[in-house]
Amino acid sequence: LVSSGGLKMSGGTRLENANPVIFQRSGERLLTASEEDEDVHDPIDDREIFDILSINDPEHPLSLEELNVVEQVRVKVNDAESTVGVEFTPTIPHCSMATLIGLSIKVKLLRSLPDRFKIDVHITPGTHASEEAVNKQLADKERVAAALENSSLLEVVNQCLSTRNI
Amino acid sequence: MFPSAFFFLDRRLSLTSSQPHTRARGVQLLSEVLHECYGNLTEREVEVLIAFYENRLKDHYIITPPVLQGLRALTKCTVLPPGSAVSMLRSLFQDVHVQSLMLTERSCVYNMLINLMETREAELKGLGADFVFGFVQSMDGERDPRNLLLAFQIAKNIIHRGYDLGKFTEELFEVTSCYFPIDFTPPANDPHGITKEELIEALRAVLSGTPKFAEFLLPLIIEKLDSDVQSAKLDSLQTLTACLSQYEHKDVAEFLEGLWTSLRREVFQTSSERIESAGLAALTTLTSCLSRSVLNSDSEDSLSTFLDLVLKDCKHHLCEPDLKLVWPSAKLLQAACSASNRASHIITAAVMPSLIDQCTVIPPVCLSRPSTLEESVFSAFRESLCSMVFSALSETNSSLQITATSMLTSLAQQTGLLLDSDIELAVDHLTRLLLTEEDDRVSLAVVECAGALAALHPAAFITKLIPRLKTEINVVLCSGSVGFSVEEVVLACRSLQRIAEQVQDTEETGQCFHEVIIPRLLSLALQAALQGLSGFLSGCFHVVRLAGQTASRAVSLFLDGDVSFLPDNSFPSHIQLLKQGDSWSQSQMVCLLMGCVCSLPRSVEVPQIDQLLSQLEEMSCTCSHPLSYTSAAKCFAGLVNKRSQGDSLDSLIQRTTKRVCSELDSTSSPVRTQAFTLMIWVAKALLLRYHPLSTALTDKLFSLLGDADLGAMAADGFSLLMSDSADVLNRGCHADVRIMYRQRFFSENSAKLVQGFNAAPQEKKPNYLKALSNIVNKLPKQETVLLLSLLLEALLCPDQGVQLSTLSCLEPVLINPPPALIQQLEALVSRLLALICSSVRIASLRCIHALSRFPEHEILPFRARVLRALARPLDDKKRLVRSEAVQARGEWFLLGSPGGR
Repeated sequence: LVSSGGLKMSGGTRLENANPVIFQRSGERLLTASEEDEDVHDPIDDREIFDILSINDPEHPLSLEELNVVEQVRVKVNDAESTVGVEFTPTIPHCSMATLIGLSIKVKLLRSLPDRFKIDVHITPGTHASEEAVNKQLADKERVAAALENSSLLEVVNQCLSTRNI
Repeated sequence: MFPSAFFFLDRRLSLTSSQPHTRARGVQLLSEVLHECYGNLTEREVEVLIAFYENRLKDHYIITPPVLQGLRALTKCTVLPPGSAVSMLRSLFQDVHVQSLMLTERSCVYNMLINLMETREAELKGLGADFVFGFVQSMDGERDPRNLLLAFQIAKNIIHRGYDLGKFTEELFEVTSCYFPIDFTPPANDPHGITKEELIEALRAVLSGTPKFAEFLLPLIIEKLDSDVQSAKLDSLQTLTACLSQYEHKDVAEFLEGLWTSLRREVFQTSSERIESAGLAALTTLTSCLSRSVLNSDSEDSLSTFLDLVLKDCKHHLCEPDLKLVWPSAKLLQAACSASNRASHIITAAVMPSLIDQCTVIPPVCLSRPSTLEESVFSAFRESLCSMVFSALSETNSSLQITATSMLTSLAQQTGLLLDSDIELAVDHLTRLLLTEEDDRVSLAVVECAGALAALHPAAFITKLIPRLKTEINVVLCSGSVGFSVEEVVLACRSLQRIAEQVQDTEETGQCFHEVIIPRLLSLALQAALQGLSGFLSGCFHVVRLAGQTASRAVSLFLDGDVSFLPDNSFPSHIQLLKQGDSWSQSQMVCLLMGCVCSLPRSVEVPQIDQLLSQLEEMSCTCSHPLSYTSAAKCFAGLVNKRSQGDSLDSLIQRTTKRVCSELDSTSSPVRTQAFTLMIWVAKALLLRYHPLSTALTDKLFSLLGDADLGAMAADGFSLLMSDSADVLNRGCHADVRIMYRQRFFSENSAKLVQGFNAAPQEKKPNYLKALSNIVNKLPKQETVLLLSLLLEALLCPDQGVQLSTLSCLEPVLINPPPALIQQLEALVSRLLALICSSVRIASLRCIHALSRFPEHEILPFRARVLRALARPLDDKKRLVRSEAVQARGEWFLLGSPGGR
């Protein structure tokens, strides 16, 4: 019942950008009277999508918001036409995690939005060395689906999406 | 009781049989008998038996288990002949391979060792290192947690009682440390109740028990700190802290660099607060371990070597305040600093100058840090620190002001650091802020700070702050309603209260309070009451509470209208504060009376108590002003709770009960609410002291749940009964509060509640459920198991009120689900899912969210169904609903998925 020692070593994982600039988090969304009124219809707006995206960065104990990877002005939603567009900005232009961050954002939105939405996630133009390639991967439905079949990739994505309160 | 010789005769046949099984049965019988009667054996008999058993150990393997049992019984004998312990162990180690035995036999061996170590310590020590070697061989490979606990205990005894480890130190370490860090999850419904924590503690006692292990243990800990598993990290850090408190500097010298690197990494890149604080604690112990060292003339000072390391890595981060490593560095420095005087000298000397430099340039970020280095010796920096604090207090930035107050507090706590002139300046600043500051948070911080400082430097506060506050209060009141700010007065009173709490012990200041401040406050309150001003009372209340001595004067003021002790006496004589006047502003003064008389210790006699009680009862039953009648009821209850047991109390309660019930029974009575208020407070007063007459009142409360007007209030009343009240009937007011009164109330009354619920008509059911949820919320969770089926059934009730209160009742239960609930998971899930599109969908979604933290194997079968059902509320028209659905669905997605949970 008791295993005798022998734990996995994490072995030499070094951070790419160990000391990033951190940004202040925007405060909680303020509750308005109309939101408490059962008869009023609240449309899905940019801020709501932005709040959904409070995702952890895969290499930092910080959220994407604190790292300025996702900003509210780069989130566009149109409830009536059922479209969502999110632009994200990798912390450094060579960030190897860009695809992973994009994938996490995409998965979070897929899990959190109604089926009717068409979800577009891409890199803020001009902020990453291989912007085009990453965008192409993220837009390809089948590649996204295949990526999530890969259990080690799914593991990292899930870690980004789990609420950190250990 | 048979003499043992008789037994040999009787069992001769089976003990000498050629069949090993038959022999084993014989030995078994003998062993069992010995277990019953080992206390009655003589030394000679024991000797024979031991010789017999030792011989049997060489017999067929099938006989070994009963032999071991017999030997274990013999180890408990008090008459064990000298030398027999040694011979027993020699044959045991020689003839038995412990780890190929079954679980119970292994435990038998460990118990033998434990027994012998208790009684034959000297003999075992005579065995020398052989004993340790024998033990190491016996436990090598043990896997059962029960036996491990025993083995760890033996190892701990070996280490702590000074057995000779000889050349087997490393072996003993290896055989125990291979379990580190402990990774053990008790099986569900484990009857032995062994927890991971017990194992961790037992192993830690072994590993950290001796400095001889240092050279092996420290590298192991450094290695395990690299682990990804949080609990392993935590265990390693805690073990490190435990062992460092035993070690000397030479034991750790060669590992300092490695330890520092690991500790630094845990704090810099921490993902959990527990690990961070464990890391900081380890750093503190490490530093104090180094500080304890006695230096030889030729050895280097390992403390300063180590602190050089720390400073090298941390100091430069302090100078880059916009980066995220500032805080961790400050914490590390603080941890090292708090270890010893020398450490704090070294660190302060190195860090303070640059900190002070920075504070002048970019104050907001830096100022927070010196306050964390409070342990250090500051005297050299007093002047610059003080001027920094005072200039910060004069700034307009509120967070800067708050930090400055906390820093002022910690500076003041350094004995002898601040000069009298500094204190006076501080008092001036605090007074100014108290009276002018508009930001609530700042005011609060200032009040806290004033309270803390007043305790340390009462003289300055008495001479400066208090007179100033008094004149301010006067000014405010005299100026009438123009510029009158209730908050200001309330704040002033709050700081008076803090000061009173801190200084009440010294006679002089106590005198000052009783002679000057309390009468003045009462008089101001009375003045305010006569002029019809309100809002002042709540402030005064807390100050008045602290002044027990004034009670008799207060009573005579309220009962007899005696105003002679009040200053500025211009009041009409014979004011009757407890008589129903035309003005509620006078009647509400009763809350000051409550403050005066209800906080007295039980031993102090309240004068004229019978008259007082009857007037209070009258007032609480007749007055129409809510604050007045509630305060009167509370005051009455507070006094009843403390009255001594006896006929006069019983008749008082019976009278009150009768009056209250008759008012409540007449549905047309205009004072039903008043009667209800009195009833609930008296019920609470009696419930707290286990008074048998409380039942009449609580039964009345149950019956009111069905009342058309008072039903909802009655349901809320249960929350009042079960929770602690802030101003009366708590332990702080010396009230008679028995332990477990909530559990007792619940166990006596839960059946009534369930019955009432079942019998009540549909529209009344919500009241019962609400009452139930009020009780349940205050109870330990296991009590609620009884009510689960009721709650589950209530979920099917079509009434929304019932659904909502049931869900709010369920949610806290789901956080720590009892096993009985898990058995009904199917019903629970489908009933909750049925509600996620109804008008109680938010509460239902929260419960479904809570379900996701149940044991994974129990809820995994529901995953697909829940995810499908949760897709719909994602498109709900209300944002609040969507946000609950998003959170719940996210958690359910993670369930059973790699990296999820």
